[in-house]
Amino acid sequence: MSSQETSESDLALIEGHETLPASWITRFKRAPKSLALAWLVVLIVLAWAALPELFTGYSGTEGVPGEQLRPPTLEHVLGTDGLGRDLYARIVYGARHSLSGAFVAVTVGLLLGTLLGLVAGSRGGWLDAVIMRLVDSLLAVPSLLLSLSIIVLLGFGTINVAIAVGAVSVARFARLVRSEVVRVRRSDYVEAAFGSGGTFWAVLRRHVLPNSLTSVIALAALQFGSAILAISTLGFLGYGAPPPTPEWGLLIAEGRNYLSRAWWLTAAPGIVVVLVVLAADRISKSIQRSGA
Amino acid sequence: MTAPLLEIDDLAISYKIGVHDQRVVHGVSFRIEPGEVVALVGESGSGKTTTAQAVLGLLAGNGRIEHGAIRLNGTDIAQWPQRRLDGIRGAVVSLIPQDPGSSLNPVRTIGSQLAEVLQIHKRGDRKAIQARVLDLLTRVGLTPAEMRAKQYPHELSGGMKQRVLIAIAVALSPKLIVADEPTSALDVTVQRRILDLIDDLRRENGTSVLLVTHDLGVAADRADRLVVLQGGRIQEQGPVKEILAAPRSAYTRRLLSDAPSLTKARPARGTLPTEDFAIVVEGLTHDFPIAGGKSKSFRALDGVSFKVRRGSTHAIVGESGSGKTTAARSIVGFLKPTAGRIVVDGIELTKLKGESLRQLRRHIQLVYQNPYGSLDPRQTVFKVIEEPLLNFEPIAAADRARKVRDMMRRVGLPEAFLVRHPRALSGGQRQRVAIARALVLDPRILVLDEAVSALDVTVQAQILALLDELQKVLGLTYLFVSHDLAVVQQISDSVSVMHKGRQVDGGSIETVFVRPDSDHTRELIDAIPGRNMPVPWTVLASSPDSRAGLSQ
Repeated sequence: MSSQETSESDLALIEGHETLPASWITRFKRAPKSLALAWLVVLIVLAWAALPELFTGYSGTEGVPGEQLRPPTLEHVLGTDGLGRDLYARIVYGARHSLSGAFVAVTVGLLLGTLLGLVAGSRGGWLDAVIMRLVDSLLAVPSLLLSLSIIVLLGFGTINVAIAVGAVSVARFARLVRSEVVRVRRSDYVEAAFGSGGTFWAVLRRHVLPNSLTSVIALAALQFGSAILAISTLGFLGYGAPPPTPEWGLLIAEGRNYLSRAWWLTAAPGIVVVLVVLAADRISKSIQRSGA
Repeated sequence: MTAPLLEIDDLAISYKIGVHDQRVVHGVSFRIEPGEVVALVGESGSGKTTTAQAVLGLLAGNGRIEHGAIRLNGTDIAQWPQRRLDGIRGAVVSLIPQDPGSSLNPVRTIGSQLAEVLQIHKRGDRKAIQARVLDLLTRVGLTPAEMRAKQYPHELSGGMKQRVLIAIAVALSPKLIVADEPTSALDVTVQRRILDLIDDLRRENGTSVLLVTHDLGVAADRADRLVVLQGGRIQEQGPVKEILAAPRSAYTRRLLSDAPSLTKARPARGTLPTEDFAIVVEGLTHDFPIAGGKSKSFRALDGVSFKVRRGSTHAIVGESGSGKTTAARSIVGFLKPTAGRIVVDGIELTKLKGESLRQLRRHIQLVYQNPYGSLDPRQTVFKVIEEPLLNFEPIAAADRARKVRDMMRRVGLPEAFLVRHPRALSGGQRQRVAIARALVLDPRILVLDEAVSALDVTVQAQILALLDELQKVLGLTYLFVSHDLAVVQQISDSVSVMHKGRQVDGGSIETVFVRPDSDHTRELIDAIPGRNMPVPWTVLASSPDSRAGLSQ
């Protein structure tokens, strides 16, 4: 309904005053419970990745003979695997591998995608057409197949898997950035910036980029979750880090052999992956809302 | 006396913002008798739309009626649930919405949308409904009805869409029609025809109308009684003639004095140098290619020529689609004309490109219509005004800051606003910031594209006074693009009247307004609302005590 607009402008007038920036602690307290929980999950996992030895006394790679396949007890919170390694310790030490992999993947996708989208959206014309058709063809190939082909080209290993996963997300970033740039470019304030003598690059830097970034950052958070999932998938298939590495996908794959006898070996790392992906999604949503 | 059709009694409405309740309507009471037209007048934020929405039970999700009654035929409907209101909406009370562009479903024909309201209220079988649809379309002047019924909204102009919405509103012969700014998105000539149509339909059926408008001229011409709202409170109410002749509240007096009208000519100015032209436009023609056909194009401008004397104000007036904005954008160099010459400050603009065009931006600046869209929401006011300075020869940060502060003073904004973001400013304040940004490079020419059309009359009067002051102090030349002839007559020295890409009239304000050459100009002048506005003391009121004064 159209008269909605008027009532919104009424509200804007009422609100008139500038809201004061709240401190981090009060913002955390005011945040919805689900969001606070999501941040908590992410912070814990980040702490695991940074200082794993603070969280567990066991080694992430070496087992204790005679303690194979123990179910969860107080001693081993999440039980042990077929070689007597503490599963909780493996998950804590694995955080570093999975998170750094996801970080590299998102960085690759964000940087390349933003660059392509920015050039396509701001230059327009034939360059736009060529870049976006390339992006379309990237999107047409199933993502798992695409990352598998890239890994075959680059070779196995955590970083290579991360790069492959990142390369697949370039297309999504490029599309989003382009559509945002096209939207911002059409606005009066961008034209006004050109009108006051701004050069192409100055306007891009001062107006187009900052105003396009909110939803891009939201997508980056979302991609962070799905990158962890994709890296775990490739780890599970055996394209990632070699066996003793406690990477999460690999943990699930190893547990598969004991599915009937030791359910915790697949369930625990699986639940951790799900929680981190959900947390990333929740945070992404809040970023998107704050920008709107 | 019979019972009133609508009686609003001590109505208070609040919106929930965050955790607080913000009251926007404070104890409003008024009544509408059968067959009467009551106009709810006020500026944005006065609560007029909120009050009208409450009558229909269409308050936004965070809105709540705190107390008071809305009595329709004696029954209080204020606390009725939505489901119960469905029975009377359309049948007893109906709405003509503000923006015809977004009020129709784009993927359904107008015939089916009109039939929908009849189906919902079960008025006859399919055949009867179809006949009634054609009858209604004919009645609102959309002929041939059989053809129109099969058209989609995008095939109709703004005025025709508003006719469809009116047909929907009157389909069930309601007792009361709430018209929420029914014509503010339309051109004056279209506005007049739409208001005439509402008048005719009202007289035929004896319907009452609650007319919500910011335009005192429209209210004066069309309403029986006025209710003047400010800040959610009624300032005064009574018969139109009485209020216009002798307004009792100070606020109504201010609204009357700020409203532009043909009776207020600008005071004559000193003689200007005769042959010094800041802008010369000769044979300006612009073709836009039409998507789909390579050789096809649409001629937006057709051989337009005019000259603007330095230090004077030239207006380009016309309805939407007349080519006035295309002309303005060509003159600031955003569009390359197909043919013709534009000379700005002795430099031929049409031959410039790249760096030399950028250098010319120092001399000619554009102020946009919508102050909500023309300022980057992420920049502070300081950054907005500073930015043009960064685009040319570098000057020291301290000098930039001094220039920005100087500009703030000139446009009458407090320095405390420098750290604010545009969203924390009102429309008028934003437009002042936009003017400051345009002036910070010391340009000699300012192109104002509908620069005051989006503002309330009071704010509009303040901005116009500011522009007048700046012109006197800085010797600026204005090119003023507008659809509003009353405003144009108030501030311009010369004028070009555009119609369908051609200049149909041109010359000094006196010649064009007193002895218009073309029928189109005459039609435009006749369509200006506000014939019933009083003359005598409005002239006195446009004195320089205006709140926009410079601090010099």
